[in-house]
Amino acid sequence: MTTAIGAPLDRVDGRPKVTGKARYSADVPMPDMAYACLVNSRIANGRVTGIDTSEAEEEAGVLAVLTHENLPRIASQPPLVPSLAGGPAPGETFFPMQDEVVHYGGQHIAMVVADTYERAQHAAALVRVSYEESPPVTTIEQGRDQAYEPDAIFAGFIPGRTERGDVRTGLSQADVQVEATYTYAGNNHNPIETSTTTARWDGDELVLHDATQGVNATQLTVAALLGLPLSKVRVKSQFVGGSFGGKAMIWHHPALAALAARKVGRPVKLALTREQMFTSCGHREVQEQKITLGAKDDGRLTALRHHKLSPTSPFDNWAEPSLNAAGQMYACPNYEGVYRLFRANTMTPTFMRAPGDATGMFSLECAMDELAERLGLDPLELRLRNFADVDPASGNPWSSNGLSECYERGAARFGWHDRDPRPGARREGNWLIGTGMAAACYPVTPPNTPQRARARLYADGSVVVQASTPEFGTGVATAMAQVAADALAVPVDRCRLEKGDTDFPQIAAAVASSGAGMISAAVHLAATALRDQLIAQAVADSTSPLHGANPADVVVRDGVMAAGSASESYADLLRRNLQPDAEAMGTWNPPPPDTPYGMATFGAQFAEVAVDPELGLIRVRRMTGAFAPGRVLNSKTVRSQLMGGMLWGLGQALLESNHMHPATGRWVNSSLGEYLVAVNADAPDVDIEIIEVEDGVVNPLGVKGVGEIGQVGANAAIANAVHHATGRRVRKMPITIEDII
Amino acid sequence: MSSSGSTLTERGPALEERGPGPVNVTLSVNGAEHSVRIEPRVSLLDALRERLDLTGAKKGCDQGTCGACTVWVDGRRVLACLTLAMTCEEHEVTTVEGLARDGELHSMQQAFIEEDAFQCGFCTPGQIMSAVALLGEGHGDDDDGIKEWMSGNLCRCAAYPHIRAAFRAVRDRD
Amino acid sequence: MRPISYSRATDAAGAIAVVSADPTTDYLAGGTTEIDLLRQNVLTPRRLVDINELPLAGIDDAPDGSLRIGALTRMSEAAVSPLVRERFPVIAQALEMGASPQLRNMASIGGNLLQRVRCSYYRDAVSPCNKREPGTGCSAIDGFSRGHAVLGTSEHCIATHPSDLAVALAALDARVHTRGQDGEQAYGIDDFFLTPDHTPHREHPLQHGELITTIEVPTAPVARRSMYLKVRDRESYEFALVSVAGALSLVDGTIADVRLALGGVGTKPWRAHRAEGVLLGASADRESFASAARTEMSDARPTTFNAFKVELAQRAIVRVLETLKANGSPA
Repeated sequence: MTTAIGAPLDRVDGRPKVTGKARYSADVPMPDMAYACLVNSRIANGRVTGIDTSEAEEEAGVLAVLTHENLPRIASQPPLVPSLAGGPAPGETFFPMQDEVVHYGGQHIAMVVADTYERAQHAAALVRVSYEESPPVTTIEQGRDQAYEPDAIFAGFIPGRTERGDVRTGLSQADVQVEATYTYAGNNHNPIETSTTTARWDGDELVLHDATQGVNATQLTVAALLGLPLSKVRVKSQFVGGSFGGKAMIWHHPALAALAARKVGRPVKLALTREQMFTSCGHREVQEQKITLGAKDDGRLTALRHHKLSPTSPFDNWAEPSLNAAGQMYACPNYEGVYRLFRANTMTPTFMRAPGDATGMFSLECAMDELAERLGLDPLELRLRNFADVDPASGNPWSSNGLSECYERGAARFGWHDRDPRPGARREGNWLIGTGMAAACYPVTPPNTPQRARARLYADGSVVVQASTPEFGTGVATAMAQVAADALAVPVDRCRLEKGDTDFPQIAAAVASSGAGMISAAVHLAATALRDQLIAQAVADSTSPLHGANPADVVVRDGVMAAGSASESYADLLRRNLQPDAEAMGTWNPPPPDTPYGMATFGAQFAEVAVDPELGLIRVRRMTGAFAPGRVLNSKTVRSQLMGGMLWGLGQALLESNHMHPATGRWVNSSLGEYLVAVNADAPDVDIEIIEVEDGVVNPLGVKGVGEIGQVGANAAIANAVHHATGRRVRKMPITIEDII
Repeated sequence: MSSSGSTLTERGPALEERGPGPVNVTLSVNGAEHSVRIEPRVSLLDALRERLDLTGAKKGCDQGTCGACTVWVDGRRVLACLTLAMTCEEHEVTTVEGLARDGELHSMQQAFIEEDAFQCGFCTPGQIMSAVALLGEGHGDDDDGIKEWMSGNLCRCAAYPHIRAAFRAVRDRD
Repeated sequence: MRPISYSRATDAAGAIAVVSADPTTDYLAGGTTEIDLLRQNVLTPRRLVDINELPLAGIDDAPDGSLRIGALTRMSEAAVSPLVRERFPVIAQALEMGASPQLRNMASIGGNLLQRVRCSYYRDAVSPCNKREPGTGCSAIDGFSRGHAVLGTSEHCIATHPSDLAVALAALDARVHTRGQDGEQAYGIDDFFLTPDHTPHREHPLQHGELITTIEVPTAPVARRSMYLKVRDRESYEFALVSVAGALSLVDGTIADVRLALGGVGTKPWRAHRAEGVLLGASADRESFASAARTEMSDARPTTFNAFKVELAQRAIVRVLETLKANGSPA
């Protein structure tokens, strides 16, 4: 049997990526291309009282200047629904340039189109805007007193308050309590490719090349905003230069690019600038979380109270779901999770890698570390004592778990058990050395709609599978070739995924680590259906050596069907019947929301840090992560993604922070020079252990996904290691020099 | 708008003034001469990408902070976003498209594939142009050196440890 | 970026004449500041005179042990120069901790000294900023000022001078040689950089069109044992929160010669004269190091966000002195 699934194959799209031939959305050449540049609001709250476009319009090469005074009205009010739901998915319910109101700093207020990028960029600077400015709400301190408890957050998918048992009773039963407040800076995705759309009209048909996590999401959104039939909107996306949630929702620029192209009658490229990436595609919101843990002397939790306070936009109730995984991590009978929001002058926050759990699990796992210290227990032992045999949130069994193995093997690889638990006990020159650990949990979130793929086998035996999904770094083309190869029992190098085009069968936006699971499901079902179809054809074909065989007895190997001594290849079957190819569709119906299983991915994170307490420097020396992500489709690319997630945890723990100027509501450090993401020198070697667990619930192949789990808990392991090194608890992210000295 | 002019001064010879409208500029890229008509404000990056359809060098920030636009000018790695195309006249520009010879990948390109030194691939052309340059600069003898001298190329997918592995593989092979 | 015209200079005199005659013409050297800020609409020249072909690159070894570094020498070239590395390791270290390898291949030594501040309010071309638009006010003072200066500030500007190289040069009493319409000039490095006072837009005393030709680093035996410490969040490719250029010479446990300059904390590269005064002739121990550091920082005027720099700078000074002491004193 071929066993392509799991093999550490090199990426099939490696060659175009290393040679510069891979075409991203800004790389698609078109004759007569025009360029759009956006003008952004200088104020964060108020009204545009006048826009003078005359100077811009007089610049050589300028084709159009669009403002709220002349941009067409959108066809429908944008809804707020996550793109995984399979409908239109604008990131917020507000669409700019429809009236003169300014809700947040950097809001798009005009768009200039010119025949070259340089001319558009300069003319954008010549658009003169006057404002009537009102004081903005920008900080948690300003918003605290007006905070409210929403019925639901996250586009209505998550209740504002969740309770089980009675947390007060639980706390009264506790021998020990830990209460701590954590504050987190706002984060921005900052993929190296800025969001870009190239738009071209072909008569009344619109073709978009969009940097997106889901071409169908772009299609649905732009069609709804522009009032176009879906059949008239085609979206392509061959390669996306990273996303991390920043391209998970379909923000304003694809529709604006389409409107610009229609206005000037030429293809238009609209590439956001780096600075605009901070105000055009959402962010992880600044937030404050408060945790109260109650435990018996033996460490068993009796109560967990977890509250969050965060700013949302003036028009949407959005918070990243920070309380969910933390609420189902441990067997704790009494729980209370409450989101509180206040309206501020920001755009609607959005998904960012490990949405919610990159902060909520940090709070929980740092509090657990404090509890372990209070109880004199090893932090790992405390977690084992609170292992949840069933999903505490629902009482349902886990679809699969693997957490105990993650603890065990991660600890062994890391050398956890050799640890001297005393803080500040290990010094090497100017450096204090510490180690820390944390648990990781990220929910498995199936999509809400059926997912489709098509498999086609040509008469030469080569295979193409088609699905609309784009490739943004996950290695989907490689993994899906492996899935198709195993389902059809053909060599993997005979299989190819065609992707990134709404003309292919529909796949929802690949968000929330759902991509590998749902795409592999559709591809597996399509390829399996094709195999069954070909076997059925062979056994019914009187000219086939397999004629009359029981289909159940037919096994396929290397593209050859065999039953007993009789055999025939797929290719021979098709050629003899003069069929150029054979095709089958696969449709996967995801498990419904009331599926009676707890579905989550688990892991264990370990980190060693060196802290120079005099100079406040923190350097992560090594990281080990053990994860149980269900089935692994490609162990090479899966490791890479987990490693990237863990290093994201490092960046979030120590570096990443955006700052708003309180008086103006403008983000202050909107560049990659000042918004710090990890560089090569910050990134230690990362050790990864994968524990494969079988899961028959989440999807046909039992794939739980690895996009986020690597980040969850990695930040907490680092913070706990900083405490172990220095004896200092820093209850915030990022942890920076001034927190240490 | 005139494409050239001159400024007469009392002291010193006149300096030819070109632009600000479009002027003819000859660029030597990957061994081939290209003639483009561009305004002097056009960056090397935009000249390569928007005029010569050499889109391997990427625009990640346009501010000199990410390294995605790294190319070589006269064999030295520089940032194309902060280089005006006109300043490259009479200099040799090399982009990632010029690295493979007769369809055969440079060993660094091959090593990036084998070590999975990228995910989305967007920063990869810049990483590779830096990594090959670093081989010649001689600061990559140990991991600390690679870390420091590859830190001008951000990788948001954080493939850094694999980038180092790819570099080591080529360094130790050649 | 506004429209610009372009000229390539073939001789210095011609370039100086053209730029001096026109306030809307700028020199273009490495371009790492100029092009960046042109695109940000912070700098708005109408014309650039490309001086990269002028014969102002290279490092000369003068008989007295001093070095003359041509203004168009690239940062990377200066950093690898054996002369620089042997005689002034602090310069090589400061250079290699600055920017990124690509930027160091581009940026010239002269341009490095003239690079503009990284203050976000200066760079955004929108916020009130006395440096960019005199008289509009300083947004940083009540804004996010974690990276800003605590020494040499005024109520009009608190932006930090961003150069690492200039900190090393300040410690070494370097001289900046220029050529302009009025002939050649030389400035002591400490006089070359101006504190903001009432005129934050004036960062140096150069006339428009005056061209830096050479950086002269006078002989300094003490500098053979010198170092540059740069404290920052990221391990590389970031401007300093605090940096220290130091050189130390001991005789029988007593400080015979010492040089200290600070980066990341001053509105100009900050020569720590007062600390040096405390240290000279004192015994080389932690107490005198700390006392000197305290003295230097006693005038610091921090904001809420950068208050930590006052303590951090003192610790960094002590760390540099202790490291130099532990490494042994130059003969």
